[in-house]
Amino acid sequence: MRPFAYARPETLDEAVSLLDEHGSDARVLAGGTDLIIRLRDRTLKPTVVVDVKRLAEFAPSISDLDGKLRISAGTTMTDLMADAKVQRWFPALVEAASIIGSIQIRNRATLVGNQCNASPAADTAPVLLMYGASLVVVGLGGERRIALDDFFVRSGVTNLQPGELVTAIEVPIPEIPIGSAFARRTRRRGHDLASVTMAVSVDAAGRVRMAYGSVGPRPWAFASDGGEPPLEDWFARAAPSPTSMRASPDYRLAMLRVLGQRALASARVRLDAAA
Amino acid sequence: MRISVWVNERHRSVDVEEHHTLLEVLRDDLGLTGTKECCLVGECGACTVRLDDRVVDSCLVLAVEADGASVLTVEGLAHALDDDDLPDLGTAFLEHGAVQCGFCIPGQLLAGHDVLLTHRHPSRGQIEEGIAGNLCRCGCYYQIVDAIEAASKMERDDFPDEAPREETNLPQPPVDQ
Repeated sequence: MRPFAYARPETLDEAVSLLDEHGSDARVLAGGTDLIIRLRDRTLKPTVVVDVKRLAEFAPSISDLDGKLRISAGTTMTDLMADAKVQRWFPALVEAASIIGSIQIRNRATLVGNQCNASPAADTAPVLLMYGASLVVVGLGGERRIALDDFFVRSGVTNLQPGELVTAIEVPIPEIPIGSAFARRTRRRGHDLASVTMAVSVDAAGRVRMAYGSVGPRPWAFASDGGEPPLEDWFARAAPSPTSMRASPDYRLAMLRVLGQRALASARVRLDAAA
Repeated sequence: MRISVWVNERHRSVDVEEHHTLLEVLRDDLGLTGTKECCLVGECGACTVRLDDRVVDSCLVLAVEADGASVLTVEGLAHALDDDDLPDLGTAFLEHGAVQCGFCIPGQLLAGHDVLLTHRHPSRGQIEEGIAGNLCRCGCYYQIVDAIEAASKMERDDFPDEAPREETNLPQPPVDQ
């Protein structure tokens, strides 16, 4: 790894000032499971690495407030999987978090980091899109919220501005019963990146929400007002890379439909069980 | 930067380079070469150590991140198992032929230790999930799972030198075995 300066700010103000001062020369370190790989292979060459894990705002925390579940940016996949509120309201998020990497990875990797890394194959991204999540972002100008759907641009690129830091994810708690499910396709069972990711929910009013990833430069989300969801219209957005080594475009498009139907069926069964 | 860490219950104050990983500092600065360097991308688990209360890939942790933390490596594992009144995992590995070339074994042992701490009566599925982040190129997976399963079923009496403990939230031996 190339040498860099290591900063461990103690306050959010200090962290934001550091990020503002160093701009694109600074990189935020949370779990490190993506960042450290890129530092080692030199696809990233920051002069400053800003470790935010010791900020009070980043301490692992999951709380419900004003109808939303707020998940702090220091919350790891392991923390998320063990939380009773997440298990009750957002079971598809537990399903997605629990198949990421290995225990060693899930013990470090954070939910917020998984979004900021903006991999099209990120397992939790379509689930959070399907649940309508927003990010809480802090910069020198103060705090703002950005819908996750407006956050993703393309692989590795988000709408986070230089000097900004994501401090939490907020997920609206369903007001009426819903059933939800996550599904994915990998080359082999176990530790692998997804060829297709799929998240579906259906609520007691018959409204269906779907989001999928790993079939284009970013994950996409769709919603219906009730009645039969126009699945073929939704699937038409998929544009898998012809050069990916994980799966061919034809295979991905076929599996996208299979997983969509399966996840929708699971979500309906779960809705019936919840009602 | 100078960091202060507890490694295998021994306090160490070490000057480390900011861009060095915990793996590099354990092996090169502290001479603890039981922890292995292999894939360096968090896929093989050969560098698994316990950082505070969780197993991690030490190739994906900067040494400076471990400042103030406790680290358990394979060198300290036998003592830690003994301290926690847990079964002798190393002997179980030997008895079940779980070790061929041995390169992955330090990581497998740390992962197996984590299974014993997490589940009182681990199923084979839970053991398989527990070692899913640890590759073995000799293909000893069945024997490794057998060894961890056997260890999980050992009675505490297998440790005649250890006084029984009253309070513990650590795994208890199954009653039906």
